[in-house]
Amino acid sequence: MKTLVWVEHDGSAVKDATLAAVTAASKLGEVHLLVAGEGVDGVAKAAAQIAGVGKVHVADNAAFGHNLPENVAPLVAELMGSHDAFLAPATTTGKNIAPRVAALLDVMQISEILSVEGPKTFTRPIYAGNAIATVESGDAKLVLTVRGTAFEKAATSGGSGTVEAVSAGSDAGISSFVGAEIAKSERPELTSAKIIVSGGRALGSSEKYEEVIVPLADKLGAALGASRAAVDAGYVPNDYQVGQTGKIVAPQVYFAIGISGAIQHLAGMKDSKTIVAINKDEDAPIFQVADLGLVADLFNAVPELTGKI
Amino acid sequence: MKILVPVKRVLDYNVKPRVKPDGTGVDLANVKMSMNPFDEIGVEEAIRLKEKGVATEIIAVSVGPVKAQETLRTALAMGADRAILVQTDDAVEPLALAKIFKAIADAEQPGLVILGKQAIDDDNNQTGQMLAALTGWAQGTFASAVNVEGDSVNVTREVDGGLETVKLKLPAIVTTDLRLNEPRYASLPNIMKAKSKPLDTKSPADYGVDTAPRVKTVKVSEPPVRSAGVKVADVDELVAKLKAMGVHS
Repeated sequence: MKTLVWVEHDGSAVKDATLAAVTAASKLGEVHLLVAGEGVDGVAKAAAQIAGVGKVHVADNAAFGHNLPENVAPLVAELMGSHDAFLAPATTTGKNIAPRVAALLDVMQISEILSVEGPKTFTRPIYAGNAIATVESGDAKLVLTVRGTAFEKAATSGGSGTVEAVSAGSDAGISSFVGAEIAKSERPELTSAKIIVSGGRALGSSEKYEEVIVPLADKLGAALGASRAAVDAGYVPNDYQVGQTGKIVAPQVYFAIGISGAIQHLAGMKDSKTIVAINKDEDAPIFQVADLGLVADLFNAVPELTGKI
Repeated sequence: MKILVPVKRVLDYNVKPRVKPDGTGVDLANVKMSMNPFDEIGVEEAIRLKEKGVATEIIAVSVGPVKAQETLRTALAMGADRAILVQTDDAVEPLALAKIFKAIADAEQPGLVILGKQAIDDDNNQTGQMLAALTGWAQGTFASAVNVEGDSVNVTREVDGGLETVKLKLPAIVTTDLRLNEPRYASLPNIMKAKSKPLDTKSPADYGVDTAPRVKTVKVSEPPVRSAGVKVADVDELVAKLKAMGVHS
């Protein structure tokens, strides 16, 4: 099987989520990559170094500069004439583009695969991970998005892919990029952080969130999260929300502080490698999933933890 | 302009999904069902655009069983003008849904179709993008702001690490993210009024769409169970355990 993997990049470097998709693709067959963008020579060279990569298709065109799906999806669909499977990392970019490609190919996409069970069989989470479905595609070609936390990252060196320019591509003329506000914080992104410190309703105010949660996150170089209750109470912005209606995360360590552990929150973080819970209610459901639980008043325990860790 | 808002009836987000013992799916018998939360945000956004004078008519559409009428009545009670139920007892995949919505869009000629970014049952996150492909329209997915200006719409999108704004030519497809708005509750008088708003019933065949699944569900299982770990006595013990795991500043 010949696979085509979408390379997610920032114009200069290949993003990590791509590497998990490469690993998933290598379980299906030959791995080809697609680097689309404007001025992406450097990215293409880096992509060719990824272990196990065959061909790197490079589509360098102003129309691909901002990953506009209206322009990119037809390019991918055309390349799929000579490939059997398209895989994109399940990032906001991958999720934006892949279904548009799938519909152009008249293929039913399989989203957020967790494992490759056979040439057409995959597992994927449904109900925010409360159930795992094993599904088998009946389409002639595959379109998949790959959950980054579920696959090892392919090595970024040792590969010797051949770079080949793709001449196709034009601006569909129906969409344009206006601007972006990308948080330039030193803090890691919630969905790719190794450590997350999340606060819940028990904090009582946004001031207390700042005072108690933020210093611990700073000390550990962690991302900041929150329960829906804390978001609804206005302690933090909505994009901090971890849970079924927020972000799904799976860090190495997840600190749940003053979070009782409602179903909808657990659905978003229960795949974390280690869960640490601090809550003064010893019957809180969060302790049923926590690897390390501390029954204590968070207003004393967390500053002490921040001081000692 | 008209706005089309697809809505899906799903297991209420507060209910814990239970996998059926025979592994064929999740048990939906006698459990609370509600409108998919992201679709609710879509309905709300359409209503706000109508209140601003941008939209003239809101058409809610649902593909599902007879009971999906309740979901459509909710949309009507919130403020949609009329509804279409494309009735089927089969689980319809995003690709077939997109084909049905394409046929409805051809007939209704909306300026915008606003969909939830994903349904919280199958978590596919595909239908809006697929509809955009089939109509050839532009797409603004994971929207946190929607501003219609003349013959285009500016959509601010929630992307990994921040926000991005794109300008799309109308007609266009928008899919909603959480921060777009906070959906209103329907008032009792509006719930009463919704009962007399028009609700058409159709079938997938009326739109010439084959809903036979392309993807076979082999089995549905419980995720690996997490067992509770240990309780530590105090912060010192917690710090020691964390340091042993390599977690420290």
